Amino acid sequence: MNSRAFRRSAVAVAAFSASAIVLAGCAGGGGGQPSADPDEPITLTIATFNDFGYTDELLQEYMDEHPNVTIVHNRAAESGDARANYFQKLGKEGLADIEAVEIDWFAEAMQYSDLLAEAPDSVKGRWLDWKEAAATDGDGRLVGFGTDIGPQGICYRADLFEAAGLPSDREGVADLFNGDWENFLDVADQYKEATGKPMIDSANSVLQGIVNQIEYTYTEPDGTVIATDNPEIQAAYELVTERAVPNSAYAGQWSDDWFASMANGEFATMLCPGWMLGVISGNAPDVTGWDIANVFPNGGGNWGGSYLTVPKNGANVDAALALADWLTAPEQQVKAFTNAGTFPSQLKAYEDPTLTDATNEYFNDAPTGEILSERAEAVTVAPYKDASYFKYHDALQNAVTRVFDGVEDEQTSWDTWVAEVQAF
Amino acid sequence: MTSTATRPAASGPADRPSPERQPRVISFSHRVSKWDLKFSPYLYISPFFIVFAIVGLFPIAYTAVISFQNWDLVRNSGEFVGFDQYIWILQNPQFWTALRNTFSIFLLSTVPQLILAVFIAAMLDRNIRSKTFWRMGVLLPYVMAPVAVALIFSNMFGDNHGLVNNILTDIGLQPIPWHKDPFWSHVAIATMVNFRWTGYNALILLAAMQAIPRDYYEAATVDGAGAFRQFTAITVPSLRPTLIFVIITSTIGGLQIFDEPRMYDNTGEGGAAQQWLTITLFLYNIGWREWNFGRAAALAWILFLIILVIGLISLAVTRRLVRDEGGRGVTAPRRKGFRR
Repeated sequence: MNSRAFRRSAVAVAAFSASAIVLAGCAGGGGGQPSADPDEPITLTIATFNDFGYTDELLQEYMDEHPNVTIVHNRAAESGDARANYFQKLGKEGLADIEAVEIDWFAEAMQYSDLLAEAPDSVKGRWLDWKEAAATDGDGRLVGFGTDIGPQGICYRADLFEAAGLPSDREGVADLFNGDWENFLDVADQYKEATGKPMIDSANSVLQGIVNQIEYTYTEPDGTVIATDNPEIQAAYELVTERAVPNSAYAGQWSDDWFASMANGEFATMLCPGWMLGVISGNAPDVTGWDIANVFPNGGGNWGGSYLTVPKNGANVDAALALADWLTAPEQQVKAFTNAGTFPSQLKAYEDPTLTDATNEYFNDAPTGEILSERAEAVTVAPYKDASYFKYHDALQNAVTRVFDGVEDEQTSWDTWVAEVQAF
Repeated sequence: MTSTATRPAASGPADRPSPERQPRVISFSHRVSKWDLKFSPYLYISPFFIVFAIVGLFPIAYTAVISFQNWDLVRNSGEFVGFDQYIWILQNPQFWTALRNTFSIFLLSTVPQLILAVFIAAMLDRNIRSKTFWRMGVLLPYVMAPVAVALIFSNMFGDNHGLVNNILTDIGLQPIPWHKDPFWSHVAIATMVNFRWTGYNALILLAAMQAIPRDYYEAATVDGAGAFRQFTAITVPSLRPTLIFVIITSTIGGLQIFDEPRMYDNTGEGGAAQQWLTITLFLYNIGWREWNFGRAAALAWILFLIILVIGLISLAVTRRLVRDEGGRGVTAPRRKGFRR
């Protein structure tokens, strides 16, 4: 009697309270005993950022199937906010039952894989091999449910290509860029000769594209730092500083000037993961020339993507795992793709006609579903990224930027990077 | 001066004997009221000190503890490493670049800001029409959100499509490399700081100026002193205590400058070659980008010591400068006081 009354009032509070996070957090500190009764009403909190495509309708579907579950969805504005929140509370209290983690800081989270709940065996094999491998820790525990990935094609301005005397139809451009990075930069030289303008949006996106195709970049799994001795990294740096820098409009992405240039035609190509399509159409809504070609220099490349994780000390670990399982199942991820353009990492999703038949009106009705599926299959290498990856990569990007800005020459800037890395 | 000389004679001994002369009926309520008299002032000010101990003193001490450790934020534990974190900071060239940038931005902002603030305050102190409107007007930038200010200025100081560079190229000049050259990036950031704080300081100085007795100015006018002479001989010397306050607070603020350099570009890391990396920004990068709170805590303590030293230096310098400059101006009324 007593406990029933308590339970009922607890449910009322939970259902009523918008700040259910706090409740979950408090309960989480209490030991997190999973409830024996599967029908017991519970509130699950899920924390994401940007737009995962988890609309209220999608979550309502789950709540209809599981009447005892109430889902509270909290969205952070950007992944940086989520990252700060995640590491300040992980292992303590206050995290949601399901927390989204971006690939950029997923390796940092994997350091604490023992604080995350393990995914059930039934979901293994759902994802692309490399996506799943990155979420499996040294003890073989799978602790992340893959959501989306960022297979890259090349976005280009058909009108500017035509003006430069280059092929401008999708197939023609795909043929043009079919080859290695040297070939990509050769085309950039041609474009510059014809128009006097840079073809590439930013030198650092080329660096990112190349580095994302190298398996061991800055560190090796045994912890050896190879950053400054790695011939592949040095070759990438030289190629970028010698050939991409003069052909790029900007050093890096995401500056105000860079955003403005998507509309004013200062550059003609961008390396384009699926989620970049929305960035372009959002920032250059009146430009009609943008298109996407089914090609990427030197094979395939992935940029970005996220995971869902379940903190181990949460109040409803089992129920949270079930929800994460459901959300990252191929059917739901395809719906998320329709909602927000987040390209699935689940193998089965690539057979779904909703995905394969998807087209993008802004990009000249390009069959984006088909193109991105093929780009996803072309990804063969998943770079090994440990927690220090972004520190090294960030510093190398700064080195490229210094050359681009003319602050330091190629060799000096490399030496500065070497010195910086040694101080880490 | 005159007041300190007269106070002991007037107040002290005359007041003190009165409680003792009262009849010695020590009732409980009497005792309570005695305690009340003795302790309640401390009780009334205690909330500040209790809160300060919790949110100020404890974190400061805890930071010191963390700064000697290799701290893991998530597991909330660390191993003792002695002064390693301090040594790492002091040996890192980025720290010295950050120190240089901080001082450069501090000088570029504080000096023009104070000169301008004194000037604006002097103007507002004169008889102008619609005083309140102008006074509120100078405070307007201060109430704007720093992020909004940074957005406006980042539009102005864009390298390629910025307002300033567009104007410069239109009239045939070279565009300024706002985000490449350290000096120009400091100028841009200092401009944002000045925009925000000049009006605030001007209002504080204005309040101090209005407290200066008008007789001085009348006497000076009779003596034939011009407006500029009156300003240097009367206004500036009388502002001394306020100027010290304003200089110390802007020194502390200037050395902790964070919002503006952080918002200066989209990455917020202080530039590829650390052109505008300040100490606080460096601290933030170490702490919240790399999660290395041991090093961040060590840097926080180094910054604390730097501010302490600079604060003392600027206090000493200000006291000296303002007294020496204004000595002659104030001496006349003072001497009068002594003769009386």
